[in-house]
Amino acid sequence: MMLIPCPWCGPRDEIEFHYGGQAGVAYPQDPQAVSDQDWAEFLFFRDNPRGEFAERWLHAAGCRRWFGLRRDTVTNRVLDSDDTRTVTQ
Amino acid sequence: MAEITGESPLASRTELLAETSVPGSLDIGEIPFLTQVTLRVAPEGAAAARVADTLGAPLPGPGTSAVAGDLLVLWMGPDEWLVVGEQGRAPDVEEALHKALDGEHGAVVDVSGQRTVVEIAGPRSEEFLNKGCSLDLHPSSFGPGRCAQTLLARTEATLLRRHGATPVFWVLVRSSFARHLADWSADAAAEYGEGAVLA
Repeated sequence: MMLIPCPWCGPRDEIEFHYGGQAGVAYPQDPQAVSDQDWAEFLFFRDNPRGEFAERWLHAAGCRRWFGLRRDTVTNRVLDSDDTRTVTQ
Repeated sequence: MAEITGESPLASRTELLAETSVPGSLDIGEIPFLTQVTLRVAPEGAAAARVADTLGAPLPGPGTSAVAGDLLVLWMGPDEWLVVGEQGRAPDVEEALHKALDGEHGAVVDVSGQRTVVEIAGPRSEEFLNKGCSLDLHPSSFGPGRCAQTLLARTEATLLRRHGATPVFWVLVRSSFARHLADWSADAAAEYGEGAVLA
């Protein structure tokens, strides 16, 4: 089980969290203007790197806040310190 | 007019919890019908300062609680608190907090029916809770006044360690999950009872 550091509650068991997928996927500026191909890529296509990956997590069983976290997908090591994380209220 | 009657979420488990309790080492019981009011307000704003004035205590930071007169304020999120008090206090607590918000962006909602409180007391309580919860509950990391929302017996629960010489915990659990938690408690505490065989 992974121990995930919630910026508000501290390190907690993985089962308290929901996974939010890749971080930083921008919504198209003008959704009406994009082609079907680009729209499909926005909706369904995500990076799947071996190594560092920036992702979103929701501390569902705790403070119920989203936060960003960089994780090594090979070792599951958390690469962020408290200062480098994206935290939203 | 029809008479309105009701019972607490754990009314059907009162006897079970009393039987489960082991005098001197583990006491489990429900504290029903407490007033619970959710407060949401920006922590740095003027409204938060007015709320702190009204309560008579600053809003507590992450993972902690504050005693404000006869009320208890629990940190639930960066802009969210739970005000807990005796039964029947909800209307005046709600009114006072609404007044303190003074129209600023925020929310005050009476959620007294959402959760019930289970009190777990006695020297065995940390060991008992840790059967269903992975938090480190030792006083050095979870001292008096600390609170945490976590999973207890796979149920979302808010744990609060009360002030006092002997360990006393409050478990705030959703009303609809309370009976599950009570049944789990009876099972988890079975080994402490008289005549229990420790294998």
